[in-house]
Amino acid sequence: MTATLESGVAAKKKPRKFSPWGVVAWIAAIGFFFPVFWMVLTAFKQEGDAATSPPKLFFTPTLDQFGAVFDQGIGPSMLNSLFATGMSTLLVLLLGVPAAFALSLRPVRKTQDALFFFMSTKMLPIVAAILPLYVIVSNIGLLDNIWALVILYTAMNLPIAVWMMRSFFLEVPGELLEAASLDGASLWRSVREVILPLVSPGIAATALICVIFAWNEFFFAVNLTAVNAQTMPVYLVGFIAGEGQYWAVLSAAATMSALPVILCGWFAQNKLVRGLSFGAIK
Amino acid sequence: MASITYKNASCIYEGSDKLAVDSLNLDIKDGEFIVLVGPSGSGKSTALRMLAGLEDIDEGAIEIGGKDMTGVPSKDRDIAMVFQNYALYPNKTVAENMGFALKLRGVPADERRRKVEEAAKILDLTEYLDRKPAKLSGGQRQRVAMGRAIVREPQVFCMDEPLSNLDAKLRVQTRTQIAALQRRLGTTTVYVTHDQVEAMTMGDRVAVLKFGKLQQFASPSELYDRPANAFVAGFIGSPAMNLITVPVTADGVQVGSSPMKLEREQRGLIGDLKEVTVGVRPESLELTTDPDGIEVTVDLVEDLGSEAYVYTHASGGVELVARSNPRTAPKLGDTVRLSRNADAVVHLFHPVSGERLG
Repeated sequence: MTATLESGVAAKKKPRKFSPWGVVAWIAAIGFFFPVFWMVLTAFKQEGDAATSPPKLFFTPTLDQFGAVFDQGIGPSMLNSLFATGMSTLLVLLLGVPAAFALSLRPVRKTQDALFFFMSTKMLPIVAAILPLYVIVSNIGLLDNIWALVILYTAMNLPIAVWMMRSFFLEVPGELLEAASLDGASLWRSVREVILPLVSPGIAATALICVIFAWNEFFFAVNLTAVNAQTMPVYLVGFIAGEGQYWAVLSAAATMSALPVILCGWFAQNKLVRGLSFGAIK
Repeated sequence: MASITYKNASCIYEGSDKLAVDSLNLDIKDGEFIVLVGPSGSGKSTALRMLAGLEDIDEGAIEIGGKDMTGVPSKDRDIAMVFQNYALYPNKTVAENMGFALKLRGVPADERRRKVEEAAKILDLTEYLDRKPAKLSGGQRQRVAMGRAIVREPQVFCMDEPLSNLDAKLRVQTRTQIAALQRRLGTTTVYVTHDQVEAMTMGDRVAVLKFGKLQQFASPSELYDRPANAFVAGFIGSPAMNLITVPVTADGVQVGSSPMKLEREQRGLIGDLKEVTVGVRPESLELTTDPDGIEVTVDLVEDLGSEAYVYTHASGGVELVARSNPRTAPKLGDTVRLSRNADAVVHLFHPVSGERLG
């Protein structure tokens, strides 16, 4: 019995074959990963080790650089970035989920026009709009205020989020809504109990994209904030300008700024990988 | 349980100038099993969805139990529907799927569980109650969809081609189960299908639709014996009735090179029309050696084992299908003669309007 089971398992394994594409894939993967690896490695070096040529692969790791980053006041920028990213993503989902629903499962009049309008807002380069934006933000007194970034990031991510979530909503068969309404469910109840559980992987994926875009946004932040509302990307650039020779401490700061996005991706991973499984309907 | 009345009910889709359902009138008695049948685009599904509240009633009215349903949202109509794709909630278990309507109505959990288990027993689903729909076979999903409908004990069942996703054998099996279940529960049921065999075997009465218009609403046997027009005649029965439009002679009609006599009474119905559409079912025609038979050439023989259907054409291109004994069936290209058997019924229809004569 055991023998047959084992041989059954063994038979399932495919014989390893050498494939040149595998080599290409590995080279590409290492090429992408190496800079990140180097950044993290450098973050744990002393400045002396970081500046050697050829670079040192083996050294005594230290947390000194992270301490230095905290001493130089990463805290407020980190909090600003967290607030702008979290709040804008929350607003995007609050506005975007109903919009995506209305543009997919409950098609409203002029759906195509609405979708095109959303897309068209992404056609103008942000650089072209920065002057009027600056004037407006300045006039309503939100210069160097984190809420200015919250509003702009929400506006920036909303079209992408609506388009993305709409495609997930379109995967849901409309008959489910009809079935729920015949079962006696109100629209709100059927959306909450039937539709949202199905599209939650899509919503998680959309939220992650919004988080990444908002977290890494630099142009608005550098133009509309100064000291109080400074975000991580702006803070990092300050490092380069002021302390250009100090690779290790810059790497430590960069590693810390990359960390939240990686954590978000880690948490969303489950949902993302699970994907949309509508086995029961199709 | 309730009666249903369609009163000149019409539906028009946005952006279309044709009525999807054109002033439909149906009087459905309490507890009846009604089948709406027709080809695709006949408006049968739309008519059902109007009843369920999923399409607007643009003109006329639909009454359930004497109450006008115009403007009443589907959630307040107390109708259960079985969809073609079942529309089971993928994130809920079989038990949750079946109990969702009861939960929404605030039925306490233990009573809900009892009712769901009862329905599951009837449908042989007891061991699957904790599974998700994705882990079920097509036939089991179909039964869950049925279970979701019967648990609620609604006034009306609506079924929109519920068997079309099953394989042929399971379809025949489930067909009889659904019909038996409906007789047992006595719930008024409206069933939509494009399959005339389903319509004939399941319905107490069958409504045949075409282009949104009701063609005939009658019992299966009446549809078969006295079709109201050439469309119903050709739609009901398999293989389809032979419908040939042929010239009229003094004592009958001319089929290809052979004359075909009609009874005096029937000849009288034709009056002074130059042409008439004659309908004869394949099972009413047989091969014969009688020189008075219609001379035809064999195009194809379909051997079903218990019987064979001989597809033929007479000179002039008139096509006729006849039933035959598979052991003595002719071969392709043979010239044979066909005659009507003893209890053959000849249907006559107007050559232009298709309406039944007599």
